[in-house]
Amino acid sequence: MPLLHRVARQNEVPIGFSLNGKPCEGRRGDTLLSAILTIDERLRPSDFSHEPRAGFCQMSACQDCWVTLISGERVRACSTPLAEGMQVITRAANSAGEPA
Amino acid sequence: MSDAAKDRAQPLIVGAGPAGIRAAATLVAAGLRPIVVDEAPACGGQIYRQPLVPDGRDARVRYGSEAPKAERLHREFAGLQGKLDYLPNTLVWNLSDGVADVATNGGHRRLAHDGLILATGAMDRILPVPGWTLPGVFSLGGSQIVLKAQGCVIGSRIVFAGTGPLLYLVAWQYMKAGVKVAAVLDAAPLTAQMAMMKALPGFPAIVLRGTRFIAEMMMKGVAFHYGINKLRFEGTSRIEGVSFEVRGKRRHLACDGAGFGLGLKPETQLADLAGCQFAFNERDRVFLPQTDTARRSSVPGVYLAGDGSGIAGADAAEMSGERAALSLIEDRGLAVDPGRAGKLEKELRKIFAFRNVLEQSFPFPSQWIADLPGDTMVCRCEEIDVSGIRDAADHFGIVEMNRLKAVSRIGMGRCQGRVCGSAAAELLAASTGRPISAVGRLRGQAPVKPLPMSYAAIAPAVTGEAAE
Amino acid sequence: MKVDVAIIGGGLVGCSAALALRQRGLSVALLERGFCGAQASGVNYGGVRRQGRPIEQLPLAQRAHAIWPKLRQLIGIDGEFRRTGQLKLARNETEMASLEAYARGAASTDLKLELLGANALAERFPWIDREIAVGASFSADDGQANPRLVSAGFAAAARRAGVEIYEQTPVLGVSKEAEGFLVDAQGVPAIRAAHLVNAAGAWAGPFADAFREGVPLGRIYPSMIVTEPMKVFMTVNTGVEGGEVYARQVERGNCIIGGQRGAARADDADFSRPTDVGVTTVMQRAVRLFPSLKNAHAIRFWSGTEGAMPDKNPVIGQSSTTSGLIHAFGFSGAGFQIAPGVGEVIAELITTGETTTPIDAFSIARFFVDAAKGSGAGAPPQSPQSRGT
Repeated sequence: MPLLHRVARQNEVPIGFSLNGKPCEGRRGDTLLSAILTIDERLRPSDFSHEPRAGFCQMSACQDCWVTLISGERVRACSTPLAEGMQVITRAANSAGEPA
Repeated sequence: MSDAAKDRAQPLIVGAGPAGIRAAATLVAAGLRPIVVDEAPACGGQIYRQPLVPDGRDARVRYGSEAPKAERLHREFAGLQGKLDYLPNTLVWNLSDGVADVATNGGHRRLAHDGLILATGAMDRILPVPGWTLPGVFSLGGSQIVLKAQGCVIGSRIVFAGTGPLLYLVAWQYMKAGVKVAAVLDAAPLTAQMAMMKALPGFPAIVLRGTRFIAEMMMKGVAFHYGINKLRFEGTSRIEGVSFEVRGKRRHLACDGAGFGLGLKPETQLADLAGCQFAFNERDRVFLPQTDTARRSSVPGVYLAGDGSGIAGADAAEMSGERAALSLIEDRGLAVDPGRAGKLEKELRKIFAFRNVLEQSFPFPSQWIADLPGDTMVCRCEEIDVSGIRDAADHFGIVEMNRLKAVSRIGMGRCQGRVCGSAAAELLAASTGRPISAVGRLRGQAPVKPLPMSYAAIAPAVTGEAAE
Repeated sequence: MKVDVAIIGGGLVGCSAALALRQRGLSVALLERGFCGAQASGVNYGGVRRQGRPIEQLPLAQRAHAIWPKLRQLIGIDGEFRRTGQLKLARNETEMASLEAYARGAASTDLKLELLGANALAERFPWIDREIAVGASFSADDGQANPRLVSAGFAAAARRAGVEIYEQTPVLGVSKEAEGFLVDAQGVPAIRAAHLVNAAGAWAGPFADAFREGVPLGRIYPSMIVTEPMKVFMTVNTGVEGGEVYARQVERGNCIIGGQRGAARADDADFSRPTDVGVTTVMQRAVRLFPSLKNAHAIRFWSGTEGAMPDKNPVIGQSSTTSGLIHAFGFSGAGFQIAPGVGEVIAELITTGETTTPIDAFSIARFFVDAAKGSGAGAPPQSPQSRGT
């Protein structure tokens, strides 16, 4: 069940991206956060206990919505516009507690 | 402009919300060419935030009764292009001695400036409660931003909890967007709001508007509970419900989304890095950078505007932005209209007085601290819970916030304590039996937000450069 | 108030000395102008290494080396001390020759070093860029710890052991009396002590001056960067020869990276901050040396104020002018590992008048060897001691 539901831009141009390897569609004008959370219900495991997290402040302040791209690059989902072909990983831990 | 004035570096404005835009317009009108740096891709700040692409919705839908102001400011800033240097999508990560370090366009830039107006805005103020880190719990501000700027809502059956005017505004906006708002849960007792009604002569528009919101929501079957405590967000991998106590009785509500916030908290890290003096503010139980009525900070050439130096709302932000700009202009030896400055100060005094009454009717529920279970997460980044903080303070005999940070890691994560700092101070004050003003505040540290390691280094020989 | 020992300075040296003295049954008052462990002791890089120290420091470092694994018994926490090993990298033949020369010099000591060529280095530490590092010297028994916890831990343990700790209590004046010392500190009654320890770090100068032992104590501001938590890849504490960049990764995943210098704050000279040029230079060097950092974000920079001597050796030992006075300051950016050993040495000096660990090289008298070049603060009678090398 997605966390977010659209009330506007439903018919905006679709933008293709992948979420944990699965092809998905967002809309032109989406942030990465909106694109992911209108499909899914998490953005990342927390760093230490690996609890699911899905952002909080939506204004680049709380730093809770960092997601990993397949290139290894890390971006803050709430302030990153969705771009065609983005390959996003939300299930793998970035951090400590797991071997490299 | 005289030749001498041309030789001086440009003024720098941080933030392009109502305070920053108004400051920019004022500086341009005085013949100066400011640099305006803003993290967002478009101007407006959080309150008048714009969508990434037009989404077919009217400004009235997006900004409600404030739509004319939002549109006026957006238009005004657009009209200033060419007369200022605007760096959107740009983070100021450090300030020192007339230089701002910014991350922009995949690299670092050093912006030398002469005169600095900080219009850094605010975010939701939080006191952690069990479950507040669950997916589907967003800050009130975040709930509003995703609706106005992204055209998305945070669920199909939503509970809004916390306190403050934003609680009612966001709930009403969600109702108007056609979403089922299950309940509004206010930490403040109804008696506090009644007291405000009595204290305010002639019911200012904002109060009337709030009353209307409540009436309309009641008509739609939204439940209201006042003076709630022991709030918890419940669910396993996402929010599934909310429970709370009211008049000693525990209640439970099912929901699939929740907005949570307890008023607003200024973004003060840059004022700290700029060296501004701070003083404890009793009303908001936080340390704020000090400013005089002309918006001068304790540091010559640094001016403070908008909610970033104390919560007063968007209208006050515009006025303090203008007032700060007038001080900067005057300090450059240019002429200003003293009548205009005096008028702004008078209006600001009125708004501040009103705000004091307003805030009293939505007091921060610091008493919740005593009821928090030990495993309540306080620091989302470092995952430090209530017991972790209490135990560390206890074991090491800590009485001060920066020492608490050193031994508990609170505030050491990606957000640098911007979210949990207030709560940690409340916890330390409560557990040491000291007043919150005595435990101090976390020192600001660069970078104020995470900074990519891979950016090319700043060359040592570079002196100040102006924006092109 | 009357105590056996008054200690000025609540850093790691002062607090470990206080604890060691209490354990020997002496009464101790400790005076700290700010908060214990809040300055250099608590904000340093956290390297626990003997490798790279001047040879004359190695006996003292070896003494401390024995204390680190016993922190839990001593202060109740392990301070995140881990014997991960410490690796010193050479980026060219000259640096490798320097590492080799150091290894030869240390051969007769307890410090065991292993020299690695390019292939062995690449095989054992594949996360280091092999284009940059051509060889290394590895000290398997050195490691790292968390300075924030260790410094606060010694202070808390000292307090629990019965040391009277006065924080936010600057010392306003010290003087010698017939029976010992009189310490005048802000907001507390006069303290009379048979012994006085000057462990005031970067602020120690006036307390040496007061006993006609003016020394060229300077200040340095090491500059640090910490990344967000990442998967653990950096298995050992690592630095390049010459100290241009050094890094370690903690178990939680954050990488701590040092290099360059900060600067004192204009509005409060007791605190310092990194510089933009410094941190961005170090970040770039670190990303080149450790490619796994390419996508990392830095989340915090900090600096600290550290007392430094021109010869980079600390001042440790009895005063050259005043009996009962002991100096221990000026650790010059390398005090963390040896500090617990220094605490024991101070306790020994006070209780027995001597120490089993050679510390002659650190005598304050080394600055007064040549009276003609002596400090203007009044050079004491010439000492026969020679300067440390």
